[in-house]
Amino acid sequence: MAGKTLYDKLWDDHVVRQEEDGTALIYIDRQLLHEVTSPQAFEGLRIAGRKPWRIEANLATCDHNVPTTELKGGAETIEDPISRIQVVTLGMNTKEFGITEFGMGDPRQGIVHVVGPEEGKTLPGSTLVCGDSHTATHGALGALAHGIGTSEVEHVLATQCLIQKKMKNMLVKVDGQLKPGVTPKDVILAIIGKIGTAGGTGYAIEFGGQVFRDMSIEGRMTVCNMAIEGGARVGLVAVDDKTVEYVKGRPFAPTGANWDMAVEAWQDLHSDDDAEFDCVVEMNGADIEPQVSWGTSPEMVLGVDGVIPDPEKEADPVKATSIRNALKYMGLAAGTAIKDIPAEYIFIGSCTNSRIEDLRAAAEVLKGRKISDKVELAIAVPGSGLVKEQAEAEGLDKIFIEAGFEWRNPGCSMCLAMNADRLPSGKHCASTSNRNFEGRQGAGGRTHLVSPEMAAAAAVEGHFVDVRDML
Amino acid sequence: MEKFTTFSAIVAPLDRANVDTDAIIPKQFLKSIKRTGFGPNLFDEWRYEDVGQPDSDNSQRPLRKDFVLNQARYQGAKILLARENFGCGSSREHAPWALKDFGFDVIISPSFADIFFNNSFKNGILPIILDEKTVDDLFNETFETEGYELKINLAEQKIVKPNGDEIAFDVDSFRKHCLLNGLDDIGLTLEHAAEIEAFEANRKATKPWLY
Ligand code: SF4
Repeated sequence: MAGKTLYDKLWDDHVVRQEEDGTALIYIDRQLLHEVTSPQAFEGLRIAGRKPWRIEANLATCDHNVPTTELKGGAETIEDPISRIQVVTLGMNTKEFGITEFGMGDPRQGIVHVVGPEEGKTLPGSTLVCGDSHTATHGALGALAHGIGTSEVEHVLATQCLIQKKMKNMLVKVDGQLKPGVTPKDVILAIIGKIGTAGGTGYAIEFGGQVFRDMSIEGRMTVCNMAIEGGARVGLVAVDDKTVEYVKGRPFAPTGANWDMAVEAWQDLHSDDDAEFDCVVEMNGADIEPQVSWGTSPEMVLGVDGVIPDPEKEADPVKATSIRNALKYMGLAAGTAIKDIPAEYIFIGSCTNSRIEDLRAAAEVLKGRKISDKVELAIAVPGSGLVKEQAEAEGLDKIFIEAGFEWRNPGCSMCLAMNADRLPSGKHCASTSNRNFEGRQGAGGRTHLVSPEMAAAAAVEGHFVDVRDML
Repeated sequence: MEKFTTFSAIVAPLDRANVDTDAIIPKQFLKSIKRTGFGPNLFDEWRYEDVGQPDSDNSQRPLRKDFVLNQARYQGAKILLARENFGCGSSREHAPWALKDFGFDVIISPSFADIFFNNSFKNGILPIILDEKTVDDLFNETFETEGYELKINLAEQKIVKPNGDEIAFDVDSFRKHCLLNGLDDIGLTLEHAAEIEAFEANRKATKPWLY
């Protein structure tokens, strides 16, 4: 019998019950909650007179709607009525059901996918769910993490289980070494450029190979975060010493004898040598250049030296049409060099790239430099209050501010523009977020997905450039 | 979900075909963070003279006196009688939420839109399909007799008229089981609560660091 993949191991360890049609009841160790997808779930519990199955399994924070400008007060002072009601409601619901919440003003508040790992709530070998599609982020720690819908949030609250069918196994193997200046964000964008946004549909993707072994845990989070943009609901990286080191000492991490037991058990959290994957994609890390997306889907991405494709030369009529539509929306012409695209707005933040290493990397580029006067607004939005504190302790805030950036409070911010941070229509934005769909950062806004380093470099020049020329 | 028990209640006759979900609950009410509280806006356009908004004070709004739910004789109705293809249009689950919140537990019609039909069961509403002639008779009897009530017995799958006549109806046995036992998806999973507990106990023993 062939060995097991990491996904197989995690799955097998959580099956409570298997039905004949392939659906299974999966036990969920952790659930993270935020204000957008939880209100009707709590309401459902209330109507049915149910209680959460295991209160301590849950942790809540508000992120999508919170303002990132200076706070006048708590949630009650949010101006937009719908944003306010969602944030206030999360506070009331978590209080009523006894669930821990990091609310506005709490230094631990932040983007749910930054907070979970940072607090040690995300543990290797556990299952974790959240009503948000970027939950795959937590797979960077060897956790089986699913993004789920509101009715499933309620189901997990009430039963500690999720109804799931097992996915297929995909291995994305990137060996070799990344060139200097090439980041985890470039790696995942290049992978999506290769497999397409539907390439991982129906699969759990394990990211394996030298490049990921060499990568920091935060870098692995950036990669797993965007598994969903490659179509996969689950992204995973095997556990190694770095994972253990990362988790150690965090507030919710195990301690004492429990810690020793946990570390021993985590040693098995990798795919067996003879494990069989349903699909294997191989790439060479040395071939990856810094990436910039030019279109309205994350797969529309190129190395920074690239030129925008010509729809007339695309043989597949469906693809040609989508290129044409994307160019129209983006206000770009075929044949334009990536480096000639203006960068009028700069957004450094989101659950993809708002951790301390991301901010350090961007600050490294900005140090002693000023942003171009062609840039209308540049904002740096730390992923959590603790990331913000750490950055300030290192003096990174000063570097951003001196360069001409606004230094904001933690939240999702311009990643999806649910709060007041919006990309105006027609403007090009160098963004470290994960989605460049039409209107994602604001109606008519034109998003270009890049690494924090590349965003900082674009800020300095006012158009996209190869950050390696500035290092 | 509450268990579905046998009851008698007033019948409200909604003499229209193809009632769509946008008529059941107009789209401006979908931004809510709740799944309750939609009752006052059920059939909003038909019930009120003005156009309702989520922040409107419904008690102050002018009512359309002739609309069935505004008539004194149908107050307290729990059974809605409708013409064919009830619940067509978008798949919004807000439609059964609004009907349930208003107080309807049963909807009788010659036919229902698919998604609405499924969503009804999930939200504790029993949709009953009867042939057109029978529905037509019920409409007439309801109009003729003030305070007309029907008794709904799901366990025995029958409707009892005031004169004692019985009408049998069909219902999928699994759905019947779920309604009678108050089981939604969560309820069904909780039927395996003992298994979940055993799994959890074992996990606690073997992986105590997760607890
Ligand atoms: S930062 Fe963006 S992608 Fe991440 S959780 Fe917030 S809105 Fe979603």
